[in-house]
Amino acid sequence: MGASETLPMTATGEINAAIIPDLRRKRMERRSFLDTLFTLGLWGIAAIGAIPLFSVLYMLITKGGARLSLDLFTQLPPAGFMQGGGFGNAIVGTIVMVGVACVIAVPLGICGGVLTGAMAPKSKTAKVVRFIGKVMSGFPSILAGVFTYAWLVVGLKTYSALAGGVALSILMLPIVLLTAEQAVAMVPKRMKDAAYGMGCTHTQVILKVVLPASLPSILTGIMLGIARAAGESAPLLFTALFSNYWMRGLMEPTASLSILIYNFSGMPFPNQIELAWAASLVLVLIVFTFNILSRILGRPKY
Amino acid sequence: MKNNMTKTTPLDAMEQTTGVPTEENQIAIDANIEAIYYGKFRAVRQSHVPIRKGEITGFIGPSGCGKSTVLRSLNRMNDLIPTFKMKGHVHFMGQDIYDPAIDPVVVRRHIGMVFQQPNPFAMSIYDNVAFGLKINRFKGDVNQRVEEALREAALWDEVKDKLHSSGLALSGGQQQRLCIARAIAPNPTVLLMDEPCSALDPIATRKVEKLMHELKKHYTVAIVTHNMQQAQRVADTTAFFSVDISDGERCGYLVEMGKTEELFEDPKQELTRKYIRGEFS
Ligand SMILES: Nc1ncnc2c1ncn2[C@@H]1O[C@H](COP(=O)(O)OP(=O)(O)OP(=O)(O)O)[C@@H](O)[C@H]1O
Ligand SMILES: [Mg+2]
Repeated sequence: MGASETLPMTATGEINAAIIPDLRRKRMERRSFLDTLFTLGLWGIAAIGAIPLFSVLYMLITKGGARLSLDLFTQLPPAGFMQGGGFGNAIVGTIVMVGVACVIAVPLGICGGVLTGAMAPKSKTAKVVRFIGKVMSGFPSILAGVFTYAWLVVGLKTYSALAGGVALSILMLPIVLLTAEQAVAMVPKRMKDAAYGMGCTHTQVILKVVLPASLPSILTGIMLGIARAAGESAPLLFTALFSNYWMRGLMEPTASLSILIYNFSGMPFPNQIELAWAASLVLVLIVFTFNILSRILGRPKY
Repeated sequence: MKNNMTKTTPLDAMEQTTGVPTEENQIAIDANIEAIYYGKFRAVRQSHVPIRKGEITGFIGPSGCGKSTVLRSLNRMNDLIPTFKMKGHVHFMGQDIYDPAIDPVVVRRHIGMVFQQPNPFAMSIYDNVAFGLKINRFKGDVNQRVEEALREAALWDEVKDKLHSSGLALSGGQQQRLCIARAIAPNPTVLLMDEPCSALDPIATRKVEKLMHELKKHYTVAIVTHNMQQAQRVADTTAFFSVDISDGERCGYLVEMGKTEELFEDPKQELTRKYIRGEFS
């Protein structure tokens, strides 16, 4: 066994070309055996890891799929004992609040990422921004809600979609910032040198070379941020609250899918519980769509 | 020639120098270097390097003697290195480009650069070539100028059917010619090339060399090369740099400069003779 793994050498240490080495694969050798064992082991672990994911999906589809219909998107949540209904207002609310979060987090995150990744990676400001980004990415989502409540809800004296969006942006910002930083820092120096050599100003180098080259990765970060924000309920609990009606503006309590699931799943009415399942399925589909979009948009164009 | 420049820079104004060709106005860039420092380290000492108009000037010399440093100081590319400090004057069209009133960005638009490693942008072939036209707000026919530049760079036939595919998907030699096309598209006056063939195979190298002979009809070219045969093949004038290690520091300087045949056949300095014969320690 051991002999076939070493090169055929003569006593003096020279490789003996006269002996033809056996290059065929030997299945029962210790090395191949261990190799197969590890491969199988890894597959096994991966399968075990996938069980919870697939069982959740299975449950969502079986329990929520039954109610999937156009009504869900066009109707308002039913009151107790009532039949039918939907959660169109919650879908709109979630989309609007995630939109508000994007409007805040995307420009800030990209600017921060450009600063820390390309403009002045070693500066004090960059260090501070990077530190804040890392701290924020570990920020408990409920605290994002409490923080926004203390500042915005108390200040404006109303629960609102605006406050909900701000709370979600606190969770989105670090994701966008840190991925943008990485993406921007990955742009090769020689590409930037080429741009300076063409007579670009610093701003032109960033706008015309660095950002276009890193855009796919930045978009991935944005999509992941959206996926995270859309699924959060804790930050909305005391910022957007909930509403049973269609939203008319940013400055009023607003429904969201995650809070609807939270509210309805605890109710003693079968119709509401079914709706909570359907809402979960819709939410997962939204998050899933954004994850897939992040894959597609994240593919480098050139 | 500078129809692509919208605002007239002081540099443009100087282009109207007319009259009889004296020795003076045969020089495109006149570099009077006193010293170039990286932090405390003096990389290059007193050297006078005139780059003649419409010619190819080759820079040769052992590794680390400051060829790239001198070349990059001709269009202020070195300004991007924070520790870089230049003492001396570099005259381009009658102006000292190291004068505090000069904008290095404008200088680099007139004195283009091709790097050792091909470095196309992550864009299509077309956008790579059109890049310089866009930042210079070129008013003419962009498509036509892109085609011209690609033809001048001897790349047109290879890429004319895939102008909108990635510039990064070309071979190394094609990428380098793309970079040359990109550099010449905005019509620079001078083209600086730092070992443009070192990442290329012999066939691609020959293509780029042939191309350089074409380029000198329109542009003044300065090229760093490690390959003495290449210097002999392409350069009209050759500058030989060396390192002085006598006083304990490694300081580069210009040993001699002259017509390529003269420099290779009958060098004035013993050091040059040794280097050319390959007797260099
Ligand atoms: N960015 C930098 N910071 C500090 N020192 C540098 C820098 N670039 C070059 N040097 C130093 O300056 C000297 C000259 O370098 P340069 O790159 O000009 O040499 P070169 O002649 O181009 O060499 P090669 O033929 O190997 O490219 C070297 O001693 C080098 O270590
Ligand atoms: Mg060099």
